[in-house]
Order: sequence, then C-alpha cells, then structure tokens
Amino acid sequence: MVQQDPAPRSDWIVEVAGVDKSFAGVHALRGVDFRLRPGEVHALIGENGAGKSTLIKVMTGVYRPDAGRIRFAGEDRAFRNPLEAQAAGISTIYQEVNLVPLMSVARNLCLGREPRRFGLVDVRAMNRLAAEALKRYGVDVDVTRPLGSLGLGAQQMVALARAVQIDARVVVMDEPTSSLEPREVETLFSVIRDLKRQGIAVVYVSHRLDELYAICDRVTVMRDGAVVHTGEMAGLERLRLISLMLGREMSTVRAKGATAFGGEHERREGVPALRATGLTVRHRVHGVDVDIHRGEVVGLGGLLGAGRSETAKAITGALATDGGAVEVEGTELARRSPAAAIKAGVVMLAEDRKTEGILPNLSVRENISLALLPRLARAGVVSQAKQDEVVRFFMERLRIKASGPDQKVSDLSGGNQQKVLLARWLCLDPKVLLLDEPTRGIDVGAKAEVQALIDELAEQGLGVLLISSDLEELIEGSDRIVVLKDGRAVGHLEGDDVSEQAVLDTLATADPADGAEPTGDDAQASEDAGSAVRAEAAVPTEATEATEPTEPTEAVGDEHPQDRSRSAGHAVTKEEPR
Amino acid sequence: MTPTTWAGPDLLDRARLTRLLQAYGVYAALVVLFVVAAVLDSSFLSAGNVRIQLFQVAPTLMVALGMALVIGTEGVDLSVGAMIALAASVVPLYVGYGAPLAVLVALVFGAVSGAVGGTMVAFARIQPIVATLSLMIGLRGVAELINGNSAKPVMNSGLLSLGSDGFAGVPLMAWIAGVCAVLTALLVRRTTFGRQLVAIGDNRQASKLAGLPVRRVLVTVYVLSGVLAAFAGAMIVGHGAEADPAHQGLNMELNAITAVVVGGTPLTGGRVRVLGTVAGALFMQLITAVLTQHNVHTSYTQLVEAAIICFAVYASQERGTR
Repeated sequence: MVQQDPAPRSDWIVEVAGVDKSFAGVHALRGVDFRLRPGEVHALIGENGAGKSTLIKVMTGVYRPDAGRIRFAGEDRAFRNPLEAQAAGISTIYQEVNLVPLMSVARNLCLGREPRRFGLVDVRAMNRLAAEALKRYGVDVDVTRPLGSLGLGAQQMVALARAVQIDARVVVMDEPTSSLEPREVETLFSVIRDLKRQGIAVVYVSHRLDELYAICDRVTVMRDGAVVHTGEMAGLERLRLISLMLGREMSTVRAKGATAFGGEHERREGVPALRATGLTVRHRVHGVDVDIHRGEVVGLGGLLGAGRSETAKAITGALATDGGAVEVEGTELARRSPAAAIKAGVVMLAEDRKTEGILPNLSVRENISLALLPRLARAGVVSQAKQDEVVRFFMERLRIKASGPDQKVSDLSGGNQQKVLLARWLCLDPKVLLLDEPTRGIDVGAKAEVQALIDELAEQGLGVLLISSDLEELIEGSDRIVVLKDGRAVGHLEGDDVSEQAVLDTLATADPADGAEPTGDDAQASEDAGSAVRAEAAVPTEATEATEPTEPTEAVGDEHPQDRSRSAGHAVTKEEPR
Repeated sequence: MTPTTWAGPDLLDRARLTRLLQAYGVYAALVVLFVVAAVLDSSFLSAGNVRIQLFQVAPTLMVALGMALVIGTEGVDLSVGAMIALAASVVPLYVGYGAPLAVLVALVFGAVSGAVGGTMVAFARIQPIVATLSLMIGLRGVAELINGNSAKPVMNSGLLSLGSDGFAGVPLMAWIAGVCAVLTALLVRRTTFGRQLVAIGDNRQASKLAGLPVRRVLVTVYVLSGVLAAFAGAMIVGHGAEADPAHQGLNMELNAITAVVVGGTPLTGGRVRVLGTVAGALFMQLITAVLTQHNVHTSYTQLVEAAIICFAVYASQERGTR
C-alpha cells in the first residue's frame, strides 16, 4: 500500500527501490522502497525489529543489499562502507554516541578535519571553531573538557554538530532524543528546522510520537521488514499510526489507550514497604524523602540531571550516600550496598541497559538467574533443574522472544533485553521495585507489555518507584509523583494533581537551587514551591520555552547542577554535609 | 557510478566458518598436529615420548587453568612464574618435615601472594596487569632472599615421586593436572562462584548492581591462580630433583597466557574455556616438541609459536558480521 509520490525523479535526494536484505535466512528487509526529498524531515518508524535500523544501514553503506538499488542525488550509488556514504554527504547519528569519550569536545568535533598550522594541529583555532559551532546548538561548555565528562544530551549535540559539519546533504538521526531533556529536545528541533532551511534532508527515527508530529513532514512506517505506509505526517491520525506500526485493528488500540496502564492501584496502608529519609549524595541529591507503600506506583519526576537516577541508586546503595536512612518495612538497612538492598527485597532496574544491566556475552539463562544464583545453589553448586525452571517460567511469563534460554542476550532486541532484566529482578521476589526508565529505547509493543506488567505487579502488592522521562508514561503509570529539581524534592503530587500540567508547573516554578528561599530548609523550600505551583500555574517560563541559553549557567547537558548552585547560591552550600 | 547489484563473497558462510573455527579450531588443530607428528615419526607415539610430553605439559597446564580463571574476569596474572620460583625456594626449607607439609606450605604461600594480588585488583582497583607485574617482581625478590642464587638439590623421596612417578602408565603430575582441569571445569560451569566469575568478567558494573560479591570473587580467583602456580612449582622441583628459583618458572606466565589464548578464551573476559585451555596447552607443548624433534632451530620454533598466537587471537576476535 505504498503511495505513489507525484514528484519527478530528480527531486529525490535518496531513492531506495526494491531493497532486500536477509541475515542467515531471516528477511530483515523485503522489497523496501524509501524516498527522501531535500529539505524534508522524514519520520521512519516501526517496532524494534521492523527493519528501520537495517534500512538505515543499507542506505549508509554499513550493509549491502541483497537486491534492489539505491540512488543518491539522482545517481546509482553503492556505498561500500560508511565512510563513502559520509563523503557523499550522508551523516548518521546513532543512538549510542560514537565518539571518543576521553578526547576533548573540540577534538571530537574536528576529528579528521583539524585546522592545521605549520603542519601541526592548531589547537587554539580548533577550540575556537568548536566553541562557535556548539553555541549554535545551544551547548555552552568548555570545549577542552573530555567529551565523556559531558551529559549524554550534550554529547549527542556534539555528535549532531559533527555530523552536520561534514557538508551533509542527508542527516540520519536514530532516536536522537532518547537521552535528551525537554529543553534539549527544543534545541534539537530548532537545529533540525535550520537544517531544513538549508535544504538538508533529515531521516528521523523515534519511538516518541509527539516528536514526530512536532517536527516531521512525512512518515514511513515499517513492519516486519516491509514498508506499510508512506505519506504526509499532517492529517495522519495518531491512533491510525499506532495501529499501522503494531498491525492491530484501530479499535483495539483505541480501547487500550496510548499507554498500557490501567487505573489507580489500591495502596496498602500501614508501614511503608520502603521509606527513605533525608537521602543525601554530595552535589547530586539533597535530603530527598520518599515513601513507597505496597501496591502503589510512585513516580519520580524531573528533568535530566534532577537527581532521579541518583535517588534510586542512593536507595539501593549503588551510590554512596552522605546522609539519610532507608527503611524496608520498618527495619532500617544497616549496611548499604546493592547486595544488602537485594537481600532486604529492594531491587533496581538501572537506566543504562548496556553498561549497568546486561551481561552481553552470556546467555538469557545466565542473565536472568544472575542475582538468584546463591538461592539456586546448594553448597555452592547451582541446581540446573531449578535454574531452568525459573528461567523458563519468566521467559514465558514476560514473553521473552529468544530462540531459547541459551541465546546470547546481546542478540535480542532492546525490548527483550529489558524483559530479561526485569525477569532478573522479579525472580528474586522483591518487595520494592525501582524502575529507572523501564521503557526507554524499546519498541511500542514491548513498551505496552512492560507498562502492563508494572501495573500488574503493583496490583499484586509490590511497591514500585517509576522514573520516566516520558511524561505521559509517568502520569498514567503513577499513583503519586514526587517531583525533583536540582536534587531536591520540590513537589508532591497526589490524586487529581497527578497531571502533566501540574508536573510542568512544579518544574517551571519551583527553584530552590537559585536561592528563592535562601533561609528555608528543605521541607520549607519544597512546601513553598508546592504552593507557588498553584499560584503561578500556566505561566510559561524559560525553563520550558527557552531554545537558546541566555546565560552560561543554562548550559545544556551540564551534568553537575551543583556547579551552578555553587556559583549562584547559598541554599545548596549550606546543605552539604561537613 | 558503480553497478548496484551485488554478488559479493558469501559473508554468511564466512561468518559461520569463523564461528566454527572459534569453537572447535584448537581441537581440530591438535588432532591434525597429532596425526602429522605420528606420520612423520613413528616414535612420536612411543610410551616414552608420550610420558615426556605429559611431564612437560602438566605444570604449564596447572598454571594455565588458574590463568584462564583470571582472564575470565577480564584480568591477567603475571605473577605465576615468580610464584613457581617462590614455591621452589620454600619447598627445600620445609622438606625436612616431609613432602606433604612442604607442599602445603608452598600452597599457603601461593594463596597469600594471590590474596595480595587480588586485593590490589579488587579493593585498590589497580589494573591487573600492573598489580601482578609488581607482584611478579616482588615475589622473585622474596624467592631469591629465601634461597640465595644457587640451585639446591632435593632428595626427599615423596617430592621425587610426585615429580616422576606414574600411575597406570601416566605420570602422577599429569593425573593431578587432569583432576585440576576437571575440577576447574566443574567450578566454572556448575558453581555459583564460577558463574559469578564469568558474569563479573562480562560486566563488572552490572554484576555489582546485581548484588554479586565482586571483590570476594576477584580475590578468590587470584588466590586460586596463586595456589595452582605454587602446586606447579612443587611439581617442577620434584621433577627436576632440585630447587632453582633463579631459573624455574621463567616465562611460565607467558606460556600459560598462550595456552589460554590459543584455547579460545577471549582476553576481554566473560568467558572461560577450560577444555580449550587444556587443548591449547597440549598444542603448544606438542608443536614445540615436534619441531625440536625434527631438528628445527629454536629461532624458527619461536617464529612458528608467534604465528600461532597471532592466528589464535585473530580467530578469536568477534567480528561484526551481523
């Protein structure tokens, strides 16, 4: 059902026609047609495994198609490797930033194209060029710092700046916003609009539908290796888009809603399953209190760098704390370490699946049973029967799609990897589950499954802490929300207050780190902030609107909000222990 | 510009070939070598020659087993050669109390030095190569302090029989190394410790977050490596009937690493191939022996060994062919 586009041939910058590609007999692409106009932003969407990445890799020379042809700027081209594609003007920004973390920002930006003077790299000119280039992307950082010291968002901007600088005619963005905070997304969008004006075509891959509607002109939907729809973005109903991706009937999608969360849960009163008080991590978290009862989902809201992940990590002891206590069902944890937390029944699904989650070279079986091993063993010898039983149960229960328990986990799709990690924690039979971005970077189908699972677990009496940058997910998934900003809890939303507007307002108005309440202690500050929400609601503020930093302290991706507070404020320094 | 239809080389078959090579290459190479050697020289299969080969490979294998465990955690233990020297210097001191006690003391020394290395790696987070390099230098120093520079003859009958007796026609040393290999394989495959070891080698941060006793496992791995090396040292002393710390165990760490690498265990951790290590140790032993027996000059033998190591590492690399 590919629609014919009327534009004449020469109008396409990229034409992919009838491309097939299979791996080990499995068709990844089947007769795919894809065309790109100069100056358009073209959304490429589909579930994981639909063939988006393969298509991109075929276009950019990573893979060679088994059949079909690719035309670039009206000429038949067969890129033999990514370098050739890059030289021709196709730049790709991958989900994971492909730069050198230990080299300086400027060096990364100019890698391979350093300005030279007397045959040597002209470092000063390079730094100046880099700083100028980055300023256009709303990144104001010291370009001599190693890239790895920047936040992920800022790193992505560097990657983008680098990609565009190579005289790109086509820029491919593979989930560019998955690690950006809203403000950075705005900056990215303004950069994309700028690219459009220059006639550069953008292929935009994302799971976030809001973004597609905000920035994309046309859309191509893929499913099971084939293109199922190509057309204008405007006028395409959201539900229709979802049903195209999932291959489900519209009515089913409509009935289930955009997320798979059900209604509110029944909170079990009494001693909270988890009570964290006065959590403090130097420079990151300043006296945060969180209560989680059995049977409820508590959301942790806030922007990137607000201290959400750090709070979760501080609870489990994965991050050393400088103060605060954690009680599990009324008993204070004496030792603070992931092992102690797990023993007490508190487990955390870490944000970074790759570095903190999966054991890439090991099997699904080993990955699931990792933390359970001691309980599966007698005298140190693992009972394989018991291990198989647990693994089989959870693979079925979470519908993990793998060829079997022996498949290497890195061969699975992102969604299935995430399910494997969930299985790792659920098989421990925990009391409290801390979920840090549980649906990031996984496809729509798996996302819905994970959300439904969270719901189900809460209903069964698990206490859940949900961290999500996807506001819709946070709102629909949580019964209560604690809003963090600059490492402080600035708002507690309950009942009808659990709404998008309330979260945004809290974020926009509460400003403890800038010393709005120089004399107040934490409790005072957050209370005042909370009341301020209601007073100043719906006033658009810089935090959500700004597309360009107006002052150096607004640096995008600044990982260390304390730098800011130290220079600007008093409240924070007072807070630091000893 | 260029035509757009592709009929390039069949990448899939190449990928499968690489995988087969990674999985079974070392065994196939061992079989081929064995057949070639037997055809070239009928005395290769004689009981005497087989015994000699087993005597020589046993200590290397013992050390290589410990090395495989350490490499599985993404580390390396350079101190094993020096540990052999230390064991050689300690054994004569206690051999008067009987061979068992002398060996036991050597093993304790091995455990202690392994614990020192492991502590440096696990707690001080010094890179394994640096930690065990310093340990290697230090242990050689200690061995020389204890023993002096000269070789000492060892006449204890217990030690001598450990080094040269046989059981069912196979040297005792080979039996011991074989049992150690089986135990190591069981340790890696079946025990909590073994699975945790591999997990830590694959992703230390994730293992830590999963509540694994990362430090304890790391220290234990280095202790095991030290103990196995010390045992190998005692066997070498018994076999040679002398304790010569200045020369015994020289380059043993490198031979052990070679055996592990040729056996297909990746240096990047997350995988321990025990059977492969056994095959790797045997292969390196036999190739050297065959070349030497056919009067190939030592320099050429070394060149061949170097080529084999390069090839093994090349073949074990996982290339992105997906």
